[in-house]
Amino acid sequence: MSTAIPMQANPLQGDTGGQIMLAVLAITALVVPLLNLAVPESSAWHLSTYTVTLLGKYLTYALLAVAVDLVWGYLGILSLGHGAFFALGGYAMGMYLMRQIGDRGVYGDPVLPDFMVFLDWKELPWFWHGFDMFWFAALMVVLVPGLLAFIFGWLAFRSRVTGVYLSIITQALTYALLLAFFRNEMGFGGNNGLTDFKDILGFDLQSDVTRIGLFLASALALALGYLACRWVVRSRLGRVAVAIRDAESRTRFIGYRVDRVKVAIWTFSAMLAGIAGALYVPQVGIINPGEFSPLNSIELVVWVAVGGRATLYGAVVGAIVVNYGKSYFTGAFPEAWLFALGGLFVLVTLFLPKGITGLLSLLRQRRRSTDVGGKGSTGGAGNVTAEADNGGKAPEASV
Amino acid sequence: MTIQSSLKQFQESMRRDRQFDFMYSVKDLDLDVSHGPILYIEDLNVSFDGFKAINNLNFYVDAGELRCVIGPNGAGKTTMMDIITGKTQPDSGSAFFGQKIDLLRLSEPEIAEIGIGRKFQKPTVFEYHSVFENLELAMAGDKRVFPTLFARLSGAQRDRIDEVLGIIGLKEHASREAGALSHGQKQWLEIGMLLMQDPHLLLVDEPVAGMTHQEMDRTAELLLSLQGKHSVVVVEHDMDFVRSIAKRVTVLHQGSVLAEGSMDEVQNDPRVVEVYLGE
Repeated sequence: MSTAIPMQANPLQGDTGGQIMLAVLAITALVVPLLNLAVPESSAWHLSTYTVTLLGKYLTYALLAVAVDLVWGYLGILSLGHGAFFALGGYAMGMYLMRQIGDRGVYGDPVLPDFMVFLDWKELPWFWHGFDMFWFAALMVVLVPGLLAFIFGWLAFRSRVTGVYLSIITQALTYALLLAFFRNEMGFGGNNGLTDFKDILGFDLQSDVTRIGLFLASALALALGYLACRWVVRSRLGRVAVAIRDAESRTRFIGYRVDRVKVAIWTFSAMLAGIAGALYVPQVGIINPGEFSPLNSIELVVWVAVGGRATLYGAVVGAIVVNYGKSYFTGAFPEAWLFALGGLFVLVTLFLPKGITGLLSLLRQRRRSTDVGGKGSTGGAGNVTAEADNGGKAPEASV
Repeated sequence: MTIQSSLKQFQESMRRDRQFDFMYSVKDLDLDVSHGPILYIEDLNVSFDGFKAINNLNFYVDAGELRCVIGPNGAGKTTMMDIITGKTQPDSGSAFFGQKIDLLRLSEPEIAEIGIGRKFQKPTVFEYHSVFENLELAMAGDKRVFPTLFARLSGAQRDRIDEVLGIIGLKEHASREAGALSHGQKQWLEIGMLLMQDPHLLLVDEPVAGMTHQEMDRTAELLLSLQGKHSVVVVEHDMDFVRSIAKRVTVLHQGSVLAEGSMDEVQNDPRVVEVYLGE
């Protein structure tokens, strides 16, 4: 007798939402460059470079949200400090971009970035070496957040810190980094952070083509990151992760090293967040300690909650919808934004525990069961498939 | 610590019939049941804050045997299970798995690894996984992170899961979410998850609590089908159920064995009648 066997060959199998999301992403990646570069500026169809950069920024947020959903939705770890890994990846990229400025800075020092000259430093601190090479910076983009996550996770998960306590220490982690990076003596530009970037890999950061390139790189990173997470989630390790989320001690009891599984997935997620941060910085043109702010990390948990937990594509939807809302609100009613965000979170927690995507699949399920109901007896089967599409894995929001 | 006790500890660690603790790994241990019993518990004592939960307990289980343990509340049944699975350390006495494996020197996961599986009273299955996936996760094998990430089910493993699905009677429910199963089905699934770990000895704590009569009959059949291949120790309160499966019954009372024998012998033992059945 054959049973329902989860196959690994295609990570998108049974993931209708993910297929739609990736298709939309692919179309966007084709259309946006055309509308920006090929359509003349006078045309109504022209897409401004400002919009392209804004979209690129949303895509890096979406990748960050996917990383959070991987640990929150599937592993049950509510991280309120993922912004820290994002910012560390951003700083690694920022350091590369600073070194690329060379002698074009205000003070014209061939090696030292402006803020170091200003602080009257005579030579480059040791940890700034190597960042003039792109491959080194790219390596650090994943290694630094990964290493921090590994050490943090190893200490926390081995001591079996879970639930609210873990959320609080992730919050403390990002707050500690915020304070540290504010200090001028740290050597990361203090309060002002790193900015005034000129070019990346020899391309002028202000040119339209570079902006399009960064937008495409973000889209590609999101697609690959999404597929990688999907692949992890569909592996047996992914099923172990969900088992840990639902019954941690039971999982330990059947022989899995829960702490190691957590460290592995947690570290992977932090690396993805670092990549998202590295793509974010050249597009917004600045990285400062504000990115470590605990509020940022909480906000990104809201994106995932709004989009729908434990679906991965829901995180993408949530990140884009909430950030579009933010761009609109902060322009139209600057004072109201925080209230809107808070209200959104309360609304979603109370009425949409599975987020927007949960609502959509519920509606689809309703429609399908009324369709089938008209024909007769197979209503139950319709329900089952609808649940399977949804991933069916998000329990009521729990902290 | 007194000099005598450290001396005794030293002598214990230098015993010539044993290896040093650090010299062996769990995987090298093999189960030796050539003399019959698979579980030897001798002169065991445990007290919690002066209360003697286990009092000079001697208890043996033969390989392949299905044994029922009964006794009033506080008789020490659960504590005994805790000691066998490494959850509780006794004050004195010994617990051996086969003739060679000293259970008191092993940790909880090590004991699980050498083949002692335990089912708790309250069924805990992974609610958001299908029945099939629950069994897959419980399957014996390499459970480290990277092998798990790249793990694929082999044909033999799939057959094994199908076999266990047959044993526990959940073949038709293989792709259902475990959270949607009835209470009885969850209990069977949990026994199935134990079986996936290929244990030599199964400890089953109150398997029929909260079950309907039909479910109880199914559970009795299931446990009876396990004996021979596995040794099974069942702790249960329900007398009808015990009568339906037990060949040998052990009655615990105040932390030691009060009587042992067939259900009829035990039931007619005046001491047992006094403390337990007569109530």
